[in-house]
Amino acid sequence: MSQKQDLYGVLAEFSSASEIYHACEKVRDKGFTHWDAHTPFPVHGLEKAMGLKPSKIPWIVLALGLSGATGGMTLQWWINTQAYPLVISGKPYFSWQAFVPVTFELGVLLGAFGAVFGMLFLNRLPMWYHSLFRSQRFERVTDDKFFISIEARDPKFDATATSKMLTELGATHVELVEQ
Amino acid sequence: METSVTLANLEERVDKRAPLVLGRETLSSVTDIVARPMEMATPNAWWICFLLALSGLGILGGSIAYLFWEGVGVWGLNNRVGWAWDITNFVFWVGIGHAGTLISAILFLFRQKWRTSINRAAEAMTIFAVICALIFPGIHVGRVWVAYWLFPIPNQMAMWPNFRSPLLWDVFAVSTYFTVSTLFWFVGLIPDIATFRDRSKGVRKFVYGLFALGWRGSHRHWLNYERAYLILAALSTPLVLSVHTIVSFDFATSQLPGWHATIFPPYFVAGAIFSGFAMVINLMIICRWVFKLEHLVTMRHFENMAKIILLTGSIVGYAYAMEFFIAWYSGNPYERYIFVSRATGPYAWAYWTMITCNVVIPQLFWVRKIRTNLWALFIISVFVNIGMWFERFVIIVTSLHRTFLPSSWAYFRPTIIDISTFIGSFGLFFTLFLLFIRFLPIVAIAEVKTVMPEADPHNHDNKEGAH
Repeated sequence: MSQKQDLYGVLAEFSSASEIYHACEKVRDKGFTHWDAHTPFPVHGLEKAMGLKPSKIPWIVLALGLSGATGGMTLQWWINTQAYPLVISGKPYFSWQAFVPVTFELGVLLGAFGAVFGMLFLNRLPMWYHSLFRSQRFERVTDDKFFISIEARDPKFDATATSKMLTELGATHVELVEQ
Repeated sequence: METSVTLANLEERVDKRAPLVLGRETLSSVTDIVARPMEMATPNAWWICFLLALSGLGILGGSIAYLFWEGVGVWGLNNRVGWAWDITNFVFWVGIGHAGTLISAILFLFRQKWRTSINRAAEAMTIFAVICALIFPGIHVGRVWVAYWLFPIPNQMAMWPNFRSPLLWDVFAVSTYFTVSTLFWFVGLIPDIATFRDRSKGVRKFVYGLFALGWRGSHRHWLNYERAYLILAALSTPLVLSVHTIVSFDFATSQLPGWHATIFPPYFVAGAIFSGFAMVINLMIICRWVFKLEHLVTMRHFENMAKIILLTGSIVGYAYAMEFFIAWYSGNPYERYIFVSRATGPYAWAYWTMITCNVVIPQLFWVRKIRTNLWALFIISVFVNIGMWFERFVIIVTSLHRTFLPSSWAYFRPTIIDISTFIGSFGLFFTLFLLFIRFLPIVAIAEVKTVMPEADPHNHDNKEGAH
């Protein structure tokens, strides 16, 4: 059984977006949980075929964007009323209207950080080593080939049966990938 | 053959969308086309351009070093005109950047799929133009060694910047704009750098692999990725409008006749998009020709951009007319005087250059034959950028050179250092742009694939193709 421990999973190659779409529907219906589809571009609606939940990114952006804006306004309030109160053009120390542009910019800045770094965090990137990179054929995932990977740790995984299933789903090539 | 393909792409038909990718390109041939500049032996033309650009960069470095050594007196500034080419160049370069964000963010939100072939190069243009822009306010402050006073950094003098000043808003707006544009660009690049990683070997594979962050096309990743990209577009849209609005506040919130106008924010934003699209056309015509991208960057793309230039150029022309109307209608003699002086005074030559290049020449784009002729597009776009540089020069210098007190009137003349710094900034821009087109994907590979028929998962289910 040592083979099972060294095995990352099985990688199946498909040659078109519609083939992988239908294959994903079947894999989803069989109840696999630790599996993924790999495509050269985002295939429209594939998340439905895979049964994935919507992304959590918007919440991260909202939280960071609001803290950016709040932080920006607080910074300007503190500087103009506490740290360095100075009468400028006879205006009140805290004339919030003049502080809107900087508040807005800081909200956008932190929101954008949330979108980019939140996306990388949720995707566990950067991850420069991954077992799938062992496969030579997998290099074409960024060109014109479509792949389904099913991990060995999936409770329903069985090296022979799962490979056979993927071939039946129309995979043009199926291989086992080591850890 | 080429003309018939081009025409097919330009036709407007009710029952069928025009194809965005021409020829019989497949997913893998699109990858090949975009990867070609990275894989081909460096063309001699690239080296010649690169050496020219590097010389320009050297001129910029020399001019700035001399400026730092001697002080801002090396520019042609005088007692009246304290802002001239420095701020003109700043606004000029920031404005050019705006078209890139319009293409990458606003057209994305409006689902304008034709943007996919040109958005990468336009975003790169944005970033490099903003780098050029950031130099000018940085070096014009006089005592550059205390330029960090622009930022709210705690210091031993317990002193803080004035948050009521539009000049400080500018610091926040332009630096946020630069940061967000760079992040947006990088996020778009990740899958395409992964493509380059998988096609190259040795050191290149390592370097591309480093920046691809281990991207493996996982759909669980694409899901977060697409959502993040959409949100970045949604954040960049108000951001880009705010940036040029705030740049225009630098003038509009002052009480100087010729600057103090509520029309400035929309007028500046339209002008920025106007000049930026002209620059995109110039750059894309050359890239398309050199790297044979005819099937990806089609005549339809150029025609669409020409239409945007026509629209924004007309908005700019309307704004010029409205400025004159308001000057007259306000009944303010100083405001009236400054506008009459713009058109008839010592800077009338600059004013009429601006009107010719920005208002008259772009109207040629009403004619379809001109909109779809690459030579005409290229030449008119050059005129637009000349005109838009003069617009900023006219606004800044004509308003400053004659004040309320006639005894202090003065005429501004640029020195050799003014000119060399401006030319040098083009050297910086083209150095960066040439490096970009040599080593990075100039077309968004993954995104172009999504607009091809092969990308539709129901392509084979319904051969008739309802859409």
